[in-house]
Amino acid sequence: MKPAPFEYFDPRTADEAVALLTTHGDDAKILAGGQSLVPMLALRLARPTVVVDVNRVSGLDGIAQQGPALAVGALVRQRALERWAAERVPLLATALGHVGHAPIRARGTVGGSIAHADPASELPALLLCLDGVVVARSARGTRTIAARDFFQGPLMTALAADELVTETRWTVPPAPAGWGFREMARRHGDFALVGVAVALTLGRGAIAEARVALFGASATPVRADAVERALRGQPPTEAVIGDAARLATAGVDAVSDLHAPASYRASVARTLTARALADAVARAKDAA
Amino acid sequence: MGAKYFGAAVRRREDPRFLRGEGRFVDDVTLPGLLHAAFLRSPHAHARVRSIDATRARGMPGVVAVFAHADLGRWMKPLPVFGATPPGLAAAVRFDVRHAAQWALCKDVARHVGEIAAMVVADSRARAEDAAEAIDVAWEPLPAVADMVAASEPGAALVHPEWSTNVAVGFTHGIGDAERALAGADVVLEETFRIQRYVGMPLETRGVVALWDRRDGTLTTWNSTQVSHFVQQGLVGALELPPHKIRVIAPDLGGGFGTKASGYPEDVLVPLAARVLNRPVKWIEDRREHMMAAAHARHQTHTIRLGARRDGTILGLADRIFLDLGAYNVWGIVLPYNTVAHLIGPYRIRDMKVDVKGVVTNKTPNAPYRGAGRPETVFAMDRAVDCLARRLGIDPAEIRRKNYIRPDELPWDFGMPYRDGNPLVYDSGDFPAALEAALDAAGYDAFRREQPTLRARGVWRGIGISGYVEGTAIGPFEGAHVKLDLTGRVQVATGAVNSGQGHETAFAQVAADTLGVPLDWVTVTGGDTAAVPFGVGTFASRSGVTAGNSIADAAREVRGKLVAAAATLLEAAPDDVEIDDGKAFVRGAPGSAVDLGKVVQASIPTFAKPGVAPPDFEASAYHHVPTVTYASAVHVAQVEVDRGTGYVRLLRYVVAHDCGKVINPTIVEGQVHGGVAQGVGGALFEEMAYDSEGQLLTGTLMDYLVPSATDLPPIDTVHLEYPSPRNPLGMKGLGEGGAISPPAAIANAIDDALSPLGVRITETPASPARVLASIETARA
Repeated sequence: MKPAPFEYFDPRTADEAVALLTTHGDDAKILAGGQSLVPMLALRLARPTVVVDVNRVSGLDGIAQQGPALAVGALVRQRALERWAAERVPLLATALGHVGHAPIRARGTVGGSIAHADPASELPALLLCLDGVVVARSARGTRTIAARDFFQGPLMTALAADELVTETRWTVPPAPAGWGFREMARRHGDFALVGVAVALTLGRGAIAEARVALFGASATPVRADAVERALRGQPPTEAVIGDAARLATAGVDAVSDLHAPASYRASVARTLTARALADAVARAKDAA
Repeated sequence: MGAKYFGAAVRRREDPRFLRGEGRFVDDVTLPGLLHAAFLRSPHAHARVRSIDATRARGMPGVVAVFAHADLGRWMKPLPVFGATPPGLAAAVRFDVRHAAQWALCKDVARHVGEIAAMVVADSRARAEDAAEAIDVAWEPLPAVADMVAASEPGAALVHPEWSTNVAVGFTHGIGDAERALAGADVVLEETFRIQRYVGMPLETRGVVALWDRRDGTLTTWNSTQVSHFVQQGLVGALELPPHKIRVIAPDLGGGFGTKASGYPEDVLVPLAARVLNRPVKWIEDRREHMMAAAHARHQTHTIRLGARRDGTILGLADRIFLDLGAYNVWGIVLPYNTVAHLIGPYRIRDMKVDVKGVVTNKTPNAPYRGAGRPETVFAMDRAVDCLARRLGIDPAEIRRKNYIRPDELPWDFGMPYRDGNPLVYDSGDFPAALEAALDAAGYDAFRREQPTLRARGVWRGIGISGYVEGTAIGPFEGAHVKLDLTGRVQVATGAVNSGQGHETAFAQVAADTLGVPLDWVTVTGGDTAAVPFGVGTFASRSGVTAGNSIADAAREVRGKLVAAAATLLEAAPDDVEIDDGKAFVRGAPGSAVDLGKVVQASIPTFAKPGVAPPDFEASAYHHVPTVTYASAVHVAQVEVDRGTGYVRLLRYVVAHDCGKVINPTIVEGQVHGGVAQGVGGALFEEMAYDSEGQLLTGTLMDYLVPSATDLPPIDTVHLEYPSPRNPLGMKGLGEGGAISPPAAIANAIDDALSPLGVRITETPASPARVLASIETARA
């Protein structure tokens, strides 16, 4: 289980990294935390001829919050964000607690997980839930891509071959906000069979806004728009939540694999959505 | 023998080096000029090799050699098969057994994904792997069979066409008159149970290093094996050398579980390459190779009929059993007959019949893995008993109370042979006492009282029971050698390999007590063929009993020699000489005590005088056991099932077990815990999955789910001690037991949790998807 031969670069600046991507394009793979890429290299499932190790690139490891706007450098380790978010954005911290195990999170990066775009991983769904955007840089310039447009399929994104993710930007919901996070995995730390993240705000006895993102259920993480619409302006009752949660898989093309058929994912997506919404409502009430 | 150490919870002496990361595993063996091997393996489940062209590979940087079958034709012999039918068994059961040649390098047809087509030797593993990719094989895919039942039917594609069938082991067997018993039953339950393919998955994969010494024509090989003497025997044939020219060393092992007790192509190919190239060669199995080519295990289907009176008295049993053996019948009747010999277990059943088919399929060959047929057969039996109890409206504990064999009925003679050919007669134990001990420890009655209240709150908890009686410590013997050095310190060597069980501690306890020396005087080594000429190895819960008794025998003989020498030295009658704490002394005269080192030294001739006795303070022993001893246990699992997701959470696990006299309770508990962990894997997580074309779907540990610490519940162990009359130390085997009952106990607990819904778990692993589907099926 040794990787096929490749050429290795370890640039020190984002400009150098981007220049390497411009030169090598599709033949290059970016190495950040390596928690997904290295096993794929070892299994020879990924066979880049060039590996661009960005771990020594400076300036990509900051976390900054201004009001609801949260900016996270691409090289921020998942464990670092988890610790930072523990008191500030408990939804994010809780979701990160489900990413692999602590030693994996100590190496795995936030930008890497999002760029890798595994449909069953937590961070892409959280970015989608928190109306996030991806900042991508290339020799052609810098652009932002909304999470809704970013995830295009399993391990497929809107990134071009010459682009490097430098930052992700998240919108933290204003208080009084409630949140819910539920995930079904075979074992602790496994990729989710299905999971759901909810951010919800209450106002005057009704649900002002709910943001609901599912992961693991289909080829990409998805926002459960039908659920969100069904909740908006409604009283946060068990019946309203139950009815709305039944819409969680409307329009979702659930996937099957070795561990669960599509029907299981769809059924459990609805169950977990109801539970996460109930959690979010309870927390929002506590916060109010 | 004074029992100073025997029975004491002595700390494991081998642990400091493991905890410090100083274990010496096969991959830690490095030699000057070492080359590295990689293998090209079949990507097909069944395919003919039209041609192999290694021209490109041979020209690649660092490549020293590429071998296909024809390149090593002069050396190629079929791999060894195990488990020849013992005469006593052959006389009682008419087996129809077929074997086919399995070659270390595929000769013309590959019969499973992972079978080796070619070997590359290069100056680094990475370069060897690069070159293996560059070998051009013209494969001609052939029809494959993956399902064992379909494979047994006429018209199925044939794995070995010369047999005209895929049934490699077929037999029927019975005791009493099962059909008459079933005809007389008030109720006959019939159900089919399926046990998936799951495997040992040691943390350390397999590996081989070989060194050929041309000067004296000796081959030394380090092999991560549980059976170094078997590996040696295989090499005797393959290398055409006498055994004393072949030294097999099993270094520290990171687990074995039976996976490392089979014979493998690489055991032969790496030494052959070393000999042909006259260079040392190393191969460390990577996890991908391990998944596809190290022995698989389990995988049975039972269609069981269980007849009973309305009061729950079980009358008779019939079982139609299929076993998936994989592509080659490596282990003969071992797994099929083990399955039959453990079907009845602790139940008082005099009428049984079985129809057994061991079937070959285009999958990795199966071998015994911790339990070796017992987890499967216990799953079928204990699930059937619970289904019967539910149908009769009897509590699962109560039906067992009624049907477990009582201690006053022992020795219990089945009237059929055990797998070793000797009569299957339970020697000692108390199965009802184990049942009550396990139920007590699990708080069974309180659990039952609380269960309906919890259900009313939407909390679905269940409790499940499973018991087994296990033939352990199969013979015929183990080799041991005990010798003293100039200071009286003790070296113990045995053929039993320490694959993590704590041999260096437990065997030192036996030797220290028998000799009368402090524990830290004793050094134990296992699995070096140069240290013990004849040995068997570590598997089948056998080392404690077989090696333990051999070590005691040899140590006793050495003690006799010490006593004789000390008597001369102390000018006393041998009968008056005692040995304790490393000193010999005349009874009642502690002032006479001399250090054993002095006794040894006084025996060595000097220029001035001969010694007080011949300085021969060593002995070998090969303790023969008459047959197996029967260990037993009752397991109780408590689970909570999430009705919305099908997720099963283990709340608690209890094991009440008897393994006879215990050398070291800490080691015993560790063994129980490890076994339960692997049993939990089988119950809830692990499955080696193939598609219908024989393609392996679980090629990595991302897909093959081994439980980790966070997936395991607290485990309570209750020790019951019923010494075996079949060996001087009164011991029974223990290594496998923990792994036997968890699938049945946990599945019974899931059924129990969901009993108002009528859910019936008939197949493992009980994954969330499977449990939720069974809830939905029951509701429909």
